[in-house]
Amino acid sequence: MKIELKNITKSFDKKTNTIDNLNLSIEDGEFIALLGPSGCGKTTTMLMIAGIYKPDSGDILFDGQRVNEVEPKDRNVGMVFQSYALYPHMTVLDNIAFPLKQQKVKKEERIQRAKEAAATVHLEQYLHRKPGELSGGQQQRVALARAIVKNPRLLLLDEPMSNLDERLRIEMRSEISRLQKKLGITTILVTHDQQEAMTLADRIAVMKDGQIIQYDTPMALYYQPENLYVARFIGTPPMNFLHGSVNNGILHLHNRKLPLETRLLTKSYNGDVIVGIRPHDIQLGSHGDLQLEGTIQFVETIGHAKLINVLVGDTMIRFFTNPFLDLVPGMNIQFSANSSDLHIFDGKTEKRILKKKDLKAIRKSNAVNQILPHAADSKKSG
Amino acid sequence: MDSAQATVTIPRQKSRIYILKKRLPYFIAYGVLGITTLPIIFMYLWLFLNSFFQKMKFGIIPESFTLENWSFLWEPIVYRGSELPSIWTATWNSFVFAGTMTILEVLIGVMSGYALSRIQFPGRKFILTTTMLLHAFPSISLLIAVFYILNFFGLYDSLFGVILVKTALQIPMTTWIIKGFFDDVPWDVEWAGLIDGCSRIKVWFQIVLPLIKPGIASISIFSFLSGWSEFLLLYTFIVSGDNITLASFLQKLTSDPNLVNYSLLGAISLFYMIPVLIFFIFTQKSLMQVSSGGIKNA
Repeated sequence: MKIELKNITKSFDKKTNTIDNLNLSIEDGEFIALLGPSGCGKTTTMLMIAGIYKPDSGDILFDGQRVNEVEPKDRNVGMVFQSYALYPHMTVLDNIAFPLKQQKVKKEERIQRAKEAAATVHLEQYLHRKPGELSGGQQQRVALARAIVKNPRLLLLDEPMSNLDERLRIEMRSEISRLQKKLGITTILVTHDQQEAMTLADRIAVMKDGQIIQYDTPMALYYQPENLYVARFIGTPPMNFLHGSVNNGILHLHNRKLPLETRLLTKSYNGDVIVGIRPHDIQLGSHGDLQLEGTIQFVETIGHAKLINVLVGDTMIRFFTNPFLDLVPGMNIQFSANSSDLHIFDGKTEKRILKKKDLKAIRKSNAVNQILPHAADSKKSG
Repeated sequence: MDSAQATVTIPRQKSRIYILKKRLPYFIAYGVLGITTLPIIFMYLWLFLNSFFQKMKFGIIPESFTLENWSFLWEPIVYRGSELPSIWTATWNSFVFAGTMTILEVLIGVMSGYALSRIQFPGRKFILTTTMLLHAFPSISLLIAVFYILNFFGLYDSLFGVILVKTALQIPMTTWIIKGFFDDVPWDVEWAGLIDGCSRIKVWFQIVLPLIKPGIASISIFSFLSGWSEFLLLYTFIVSGDNITLASFLQKLTSDPNLVNYSLLGAISLFYMIPVLIFFIFTQKSLMQVSSGGIKNA
């Protein structure tokens, strides 16, 4: 089902808008994520789509039909709540069959379908338990089965994994992904975990203060952040930021100069800027055309890499190095990045001032890098 | 494993002393509590024995068993020359009074409690803060006003009239108790019901009410007990023998201090207690749940 939100505004206290003129469109079968810090209005947006809240103004369209006044029960959506919201007085089977009971599905068919839904989330052996007798992960799966049992046109997931431990979360993530692909159901995921959004969603709407800041694919959000907010939010570890300025098409950064002219959105741009560099785009040594140096503050060993924290001027820069290098705090080191990997934002408006990077070009250059060692391997063995 | 080894190595007597020492605080606590409760237990025991025996030697040792005092069950009591109404009429009336009151209180309390807990409407806060004030009026201070009102509506000397009065006085407290239970039901569960295909009323009946069952049980117990033991309002506003309740019935037997038959009074008091005891035995479980607070892991 295709879903459109048009100029949605919602206020709870009549003074400030929780949701401010929000526009969003979701294609049929698409999996999107609403991503943002708590209190940014993502759950409110979801509850409006579910029909629990009514927007103050604007339209919600399901397949082109306005559903503002349609009761939640008639919208045919399934939802998993953060707290799971299971019915504690019913058994697992009754919980899952509850939506069917409301549709007046006959008892035998109801139980049959509930059992099937339970089987898709591997709950067969817990059917006659009460929710209180289940672990968090099992409760979450009951909630998921209850949401999908009536074959809804839309699946809403409100921070479904925030109460699970790390291992279970990764397990559930693939479970949800598998289920969504299998059922081909339009899905909206609300989360504050950017990694969860990145791994699951086809498109992510990054939200802030009731507005959508950027709505794009995970790759585009990562490589083409529209502004500082998105750049800061997406990616682990987070992007590094340095203060500099642009004059006559030249970037001035820590006494270094880099020509930008052709890449600037407006050629005559002058002023203070914030330069963002992803930790993955920095390497030791001086291969790149932006070279910096600083003092190591501390080193975090991860295993496949070392994450080192270097103080450059008065800003901390973090990047990955080979884990077997003997790097200790206090060392002075030189490192570099390619100017093409830089993200540059206006110091005041915090908007991107460079032209969009060409994702296709990035893919091409990366594909070459990935295939080459592989090809070399096969040559060796051949 | 460890504890089993320990009991083997420690000589028996030593461990016995050890156990005694460990339990000493309990012995003291139960001892003190037991002694202070004794008079009350003795009182009930005396009441019980007194009703089944003709005489109490030195006031405590029962002599010659008799059922004479319980004859009120099958024949009317003659007191000060006139026949009192049948005990069964009084019992029936007490049941009607307490039962109707319970039903009314639960119905109204559950609805108003939900509204106060969940629905935003103008004046909600004002109602919340003033309902408790209503409960603060002792019924004795309202007697005259209530008399005028009942008289005006022609409900004087009618059980139903007193039921309305007593219910009105009880509702604020009931509503407050049950509101607390509704507050504990998470919004998520209610919303899940709406999304799963219920209307709001249906969610209320199928999901919210089952979740606050312990609350409903507790308010029905409290209102039944307070209705069963109500005396003042009934004594004041009910005059005819047909509408008499057990509490007033007992009062009639003690109206003349010189003529009180304590054995008969004891028997009727015990009879008066039986339904309460039975009711309590059956509802004890729900009452216990109340103290531990409504709903688990919703």
